[in-house]
Order: sequence, then structure tokens, then C-alpha cells
Amino acid sequence: MIISAYQRRRATNALMLGLCAVFAFLAVGVLVLILGFVLAKGIGSLNIDLFTEMPVPEGEPGGGVANSMVGSLIIIGIAAVIGIPVGIGAGIFLSEYAGHRLGDVVRFTADVLTGVPSIVIGIFVYGLVVLRMGNFSALAAGIALAIIMLPIMARSSEEMLRLVPHSQREAALALGISRWRTILSVVIPAAQRGLLTGALLAVARAAGETAPLMFTALGNRFLSLSITGGPIDALPLRIYRYATGPYSEQHEQAWAASCVLILTVFVISLAARLLLRRR
Amino acid sequence: MGANKKAQAAGACLAMRRPWRTGNTGDAIARVIAVGLGLSVLALAGLLIYELIDKSWQSITEFGPGFITSTTWDPVAREFGAAPAIYGTIISSLIALVLAVPVSLGAAIFLSEIAPPWLRNPFSFLVEMLAALPSVVLGLWGIYILVPWVRDPVEKSLGSHLGFIPIFDGPPFGFGMLAAGLILAIMVLPIITAISRDVMLAVPSSQREAMLALGATRWEVISGAVLPYCRSGLVGAVILGLGRALGETMAVTMVIGKGYNITASLFQPASTAASAVASEFNEATYDLYVSALVELALILLAITLLVNMIARLLVWRIARSPGVIRE
Amino acid sequence: MTIDYRHQPEAAIMGYEMRIEHEPEAPVSEAEALAAGMVIRDLNAWYESCQALRDVNLLVAPKRITAVIGPSGCGKSTLIRCLNRMHEVVPKARATGQVLLRGEDICAPSVDPVAVRRRVGMVFQKPNPFPTMSVFDNVAAGLRLNGLFVRRSQTVETVERSLRQAALWDEVKDKLNRPATELSGGQQQRLCIARALAVEPEVVLMDEPCSALDPVATLKIEDLMRELAKEYTIVIVTHNMQQAARVSDYTAVMMMAEDRAGEMIEFGNTRELFTKPKDKRTEDYITGRFG
Repeated sequence: MIISAYQRRRATNALMLGLCAVFAFLAVGVLVLILGFVLAKGIGSLNIDLFTEMPVPEGEPGGGVANSMVGSLIIIGIAAVIGIPVGIGAGIFLSEYAGHRLGDVVRFTADVLTGVPSIVIGIFVYGLVVLRMGNFSALAAGIALAIIMLPIMARSSEEMLRLVPHSQREAALALGISRWRTILSVVIPAAQRGLLTGALLAVARAAGETAPLMFTALGNRFLSLSITGGPIDALPLRIYRYATGPYSEQHEQAWAASCVLILTVFVISLAARLLLRRR
Repeated sequence: MGANKKAQAAGACLAMRRPWRTGNTGDAIARVIAVGLGLSVLALAGLLIYELIDKSWQSITEFGPGFITSTTWDPVAREFGAAPAIYGTIISSLIALVLAVPVSLGAAIFLSEIAPPWLRNPFSFLVEMLAALPSVVLGLWGIYILVPWVRDPVEKSLGSHLGFIPIFDGPPFGFGMLAAGLILAIMVLPIITAISRDVMLAVPSSQREAMLALGATRWEVISGAVLPYCRSGLVGAVILGLGRALGETMAVTMVIGKGYNITASLFQPASTAASAVASEFNEATYDLYVSALVELALILLAITLLVNMIARLLVWRIARSPGVIRE
Repeated sequence: MTIDYRHQPEAAIMGYEMRIEHEPEAPVSEAEALAAGMVIRDLNAWYESCQALRDVNLLVAPKRITAVIGPSGCGKSTLIRCLNRMHEVVPKARATGQVLLRGEDICAPSVDPVAVRRRVGMVFQKPNPFPTMSVFDNVAAGLRLNGLFVRRSQTVETVERSLRQAALWDEVKDKLNRPATELSGGQQQRLCIARALAVEPEVVLMDEPCSALDPVATLKIEDLMRELAKEYTIVIVTHNMQQAARVSDYTAVMMMAEDRAGEMIEFGNTRELFTKPKDKRTEDYITGRFG
């Protein structure tokens, strides 16, 4: 049977478009698959003990990961306190003050920094902070995560600040308001929703990081509330240790903890996107 | 007369002759702070490179350039070589790209050209949520779900039917290069998809219309007008994905096994630079050991920086809003 | 015969007859401008290397309305932005020459532009109230953001006075806490005027304040200007000749030279300029032969 060129083209069209659709559903399907498994395996082990109990010695049943959750909160808190203001400040520099050449250099550097593997950042902070302090600490871990957050915050803040129309700045300047007050009282409030979104996304990214924590926080079987005193645990670290260990009770807790981690990260990301959309 | 006017009439002349009195110091200080924060980005980059070189200096001087080509990694004999790790990094990333790029591009084409508007947003959102998955969770899923699946049926059937090809030759461990490549593919999929989609959406509709007016089918419009137009952006997206794959640590470490040699077989356990550092750092007991691992990290940094810089130069002006993946 | 534009606004817009609203003024005396108004001497301005103004000399009479007219691109906006040092906000823009406010050169490098802008206020072409602030906060913005402490009662008093001066008080007195973006275009522009007045400037610059507004709102603002001129010196840029004729006491005409730099070709009493222009180019422009 001879197929005309026209029919061949139509067939190719249908085939390729269909293939693209298949791939798209495949991509989404993978996500659903992973999420589904984690939730399925983890929900069963999700109980209040997970949030309130400390880890028990290997092989024994029960216990929880309360110390990891507390540790994660402390570390992310430190990271946010350092990383968000400095990041927004760098964003203000890029959007309001930077000259053409210097601005391009800083922007390019920030973009490249976002691609530095987090394990390299972990080693960097190990050398910079842990060795100098003499011990692992929540502070070192917070600094590592802040370094990861910094270039992300800087670029996203810059873009949000640039969205504020120039007429706003002119109106304020024409009133005789000095430059820095214009930025603080007119530009930043106008961009606040976008800045908050950027901060939430940066925090969501930092919350899931594990590698840098291995060399800065180390991990701790017990609850630690100290910022500079010694090793501290974090949720991703505990998941890693449990997942790679041989004890099935720990595996179950790893799944449950993963549920908590995923849901937290997703909720923050979702909140950030909704915030941006509601404008 | 308002208070302001009185003050002005009296002191305005003086105020204007002394700008520092009128809060100009505020502007000067603000400028210094802002420039300082901007420069802190540069300082951070510089400090990063310096610190890594400093901490790996011992290993650099001890092993020299042979470090990159040597395949021995023996902590007991105090001999270290990076070749298998570098090999593993490159091969696993290549596998990831081979698997992910067609799927990503197809998905991106679907999202930007084919999908009806009501489907576009939820789909894009889901793809981006995939990017938000923490690496360690993906690794956990990898160990208990992916690896058993890879071991049997994937490697078993590949081995029995195509075992004569060196890459499919060997006992099916499950943990190994293939699993690592698969999990990396899952991790780079969302980045390449999102950036490619943005690049394609930026193609002006006049290009598509011109093609349609010539009587082209939908696919011909895409392959003839859209894809060629944004070619460099797509390449940039793939390279950015590569950059991400090169540096990925946790998920890879958890599924790659801990082999340290260069073999053709994808079924063998292997190592990447990142996984080697992650696995052994906490066991490094003496200075040279630590230094060798830091040198490994330095090599990884150099490779990633190079790849990312090339990618940025290609994708330079694609502005990404913070609602999407930042990479 | 003159047409009263107030009752027949279409006539004004169609330009049947340009009615000069007030008595002919004496020409501006330099001494008067030096003492209480503005004197512009040899003002040149560039955007990067492209000259936008060349050798502009102008006298701005105190408590009068001076209009600057001319075809688009002739540098009117650049000129007015030099008067409150907004010109230098544009990167790589510069200006030379003297702008004397009450005899002091505000363009001198030792003078802080922030201080200048408190004394010379500006209203922009497109109303630009701060969207994140209420009506009240918008008017008070200039007061609050200069770092000086102002008592609440004084702020309230100033805001009310400014809104009354801008002929907006009655319309917004119940809406002071509503977002400024809820007002109509004409109301927003009057809000911007009130905001500029709240800091009690000596001179108010208006850059085509009515071009984004409908004719009715335009006439309201023109009425407002005449009221304000009793207390403030006003310089208005407009591309609408009828408006300049209706509203101003003195008019300056600018034209673009061959190298695209703006020059002032004539300046004088509005009535004289429109009925007996001295420069042929002015006459051509006014009668619509070009521009």
C-alpha cells in the first residue's frame, strides 16, 4: 500500500505529539510513584511518638526522632537569620545600587554559586568553621545552609525588586526622600510578597539538604539545644543513617520521617507559590 | 505658615550648604552596606576556592597530577587516586542525561505547545514539586524500591538478552552505576523540563504562525520553527541539568554501592566524586586522607563550575521567577 | 469675542479661540526672579553623550504659572527635571549651568539633592500614588519619611490642609484609610498634588499633569493650578497649547535643534507670545504649521 507524503506527515505528527504527551505523563508519573510509595510506607509508622520520643538503641522497638526535628528547626532558624537578610541585601545591591559592570560580575557569580554542589559547601564550612571552633555545631550547619541560600535569595530578591515600577521610586525621590529611605519604605514594601516567596523557597530548599550537614552538624543520638556546643541532629541526617542501617525498625522510622520531611517541604513550596499567585 | 516652611525659611540656606546635615550620611552608609553585601557574594566565591585549595594542598603536593589518573584508593597504604571517582561521576551523569533529556524535552514540548491551558499549570506545578523532593528521601526510595526493581527484572533481562555488550555484562547487583544513573535522571528531569519549557514559551508566536501559514502540521511547526529558534537555550538547559547531576550526593551515594574501579559494566558498584567524599569523610582519620578527599571535592567543584559557567553563558538571559526552580 | 471655556469645554478643546483668563502681566524682572523665584542660566544637559538641552536661559516669576511648551522630544521634561535635580537620577545623565532658587545655585555639587527636592516639588505625568499606602499615608509620606519626628496631630492637620489645597478633601475625607489605588485617575493626580504640597515646597513642577486624564478632570486640575499659584510658584510642562494659553502667566517655547538638542527659542508674557510671537518658529508651532 502506497502511503502518500501527506499521510506520512500526518502520521509523524500524531506519533510525535503522542510521544511528547507520553513523556509528560511519565515525568509526572514518576513523581506520583515516588510520593505514593513514601506516603504508603510511611503513613503506617506515623505516630505521635515520632515527634516526641528520642531514638532508642539499635534493634529496640519504639522511639522517635524528636531530637532530629528540633535540631532541624534550630539549624534552619540559624540559616534563615543569616541567609535571608544578607541575601535580600545583596539583591538590593544588584537592583538599586550596582553599576553595569560590577552588577554583571556579581550576578554571574551568584548564578554560578547556585550550582556549587552542596557537599562542597559542607567541606568548605568544615574547614572554615568546624576546624576553627574545634567541634561540630548547629552554628556551622546553619552557616553552611545560609551559604546555600544566599545566591538563591540574592537573585530572586533582585528580580522581585526590579518588578517595582520606577515611577514609585521617582515619586518618593521627588518628595525629597533620601535614597535609602525610598528603598526601605517604598520599594521593599511594594515587593514584600515576592521577597517572602523567595525566602520561603530558599528555606524549603535548605530544609532538604543533607550532605552539608554531614560535615558540620555530624548528627547526635541525643537531644541538643546548643548552638555552638557540639554535634546536633537533623531530620535528613537521621533519615540517611536509618536508611543505610540494617535495622528494620529504623527503616520504618526513616519512611515515616521522610513523610514528615516531604510534607513540610511541599507545604512551604506550595505556600510560596500561592503567595505569588494571589497578587 | 506651616512649621516646615518656617524651618525652611530660617535654616534652608544653611541646610543646603551642609549636605551631611540633611541625612546624606544615611545615603552614604546605605551605599557602603549595599556594596559590601554585593561584594560578599564575590568574597564567598573567592573564599570557597581558597579554602578548598588550602585544605587539599597536602594531597596536591603529595600526589601531583597523577592523582587524576591513578585508580588506587588505599587508605591503609596511604595511596589515593581519583580516576574511578571522576569516571563514575561522568558516566553516571551521562546515563542520567541519556535517559532524562528525551523525556524532559518531550514533556517540555507538551507543556508549552500541546497541553490545553487548564492542564498546563497543574502539570508544571507537579514537575516542579519533583524538584523539591529532598535528595535523601529519593535515596531512601531508591534503596528499597528502585534498586530491587533494577536488580530484577531490569538487569536480569538486560544481562540475559544483551549480556554480550560489555556495559550489560556482569552479575546483577542492583546497587551500581545503572541505578545511580536512573536516580540522577529523575533528579535532573524537572530542571531540564522547566527551563526548556520557559525557553520554548519565549519563542515569539510570529515564528509559529509563519510556519503554520506554510501548511505545516503541529509537529512540523515545533520541529521546524520552535526548536531551532531556541536551540542554544535548550542546550543550556541540558548543561544546567548536567551540572546538577554532577554534584548530586545523597541519592547517588545510597544506590551506587561502593565499588572503586573503572569497568565498562553498568551493573557494577561504583563511586562518584560526591559519593566517595560523603561515604568516607567521617572515617578519614589522618590528615592526608582528609586532604585527598578535599582534593576530590575540589576536582568536583572545578568540573561543576566549568559546566555551570558554560550553561549560564548559553541561558544567560532566561529570567526565572522565584516561583520556579532556581538553578 | 471670547468663549468662556468653563461652560463650553468642547470649545476649549477644539481651540476655537484661545481665551486668556487674566490680565496681561508685566514682563518678568530678573531681580524679582532672583529674589523669590528661579533663575536658570546656561543650562546644558546630556544623557550619556547625547545632548538634550543647550544653553537654556529662563526666568521663573514667583507665585506665577510658567508654562513650557514645544513639540515632543524638544527637552521640556528634561528641563523641568533639572529644576529639582531629578535629571541626575538617570544613570550617566549630567547637567551643567546654574539653577538659582532664591539666589542660591541648587545645581552646585556641594548641595544635597535631597534638600533641593523638599523645596522644589514635582507632580508627574502619570499619577503615581504609593499602592501599598492609604490615602492618608500617601499625603503624609513626604512628612514621615524625612526622618524628622512629627507629632500625630500635626500630621493630621497637614494632611487635611494639603487635601483641601488640592481640592480633594471633600471627596476623600471619609476614605482616608482606603488604599490610594481605589481613587479615580483624576483623584489620584490630585492626591499626588496634595502629597507634593504637604512638604510645603516653594516651587511646584508639573510634568504634563493632565495628559493621562479625561477632559473634565483636566479642567478641575487647571482650576486648581490657578488657586495654587496664589501661594506657590508653578512651572508646568504641557504639549497642549490651549492649556498653556488658558492657565499660564508666562510661557517658554522650546524646539529641537538639528542635532536633537533642545533650545529655548522664545520666552515671555503668555498673551503677547500667543498673539504676537517674536520668533517665526513660535508662530509656526502655535498656528499648527508643524509640531
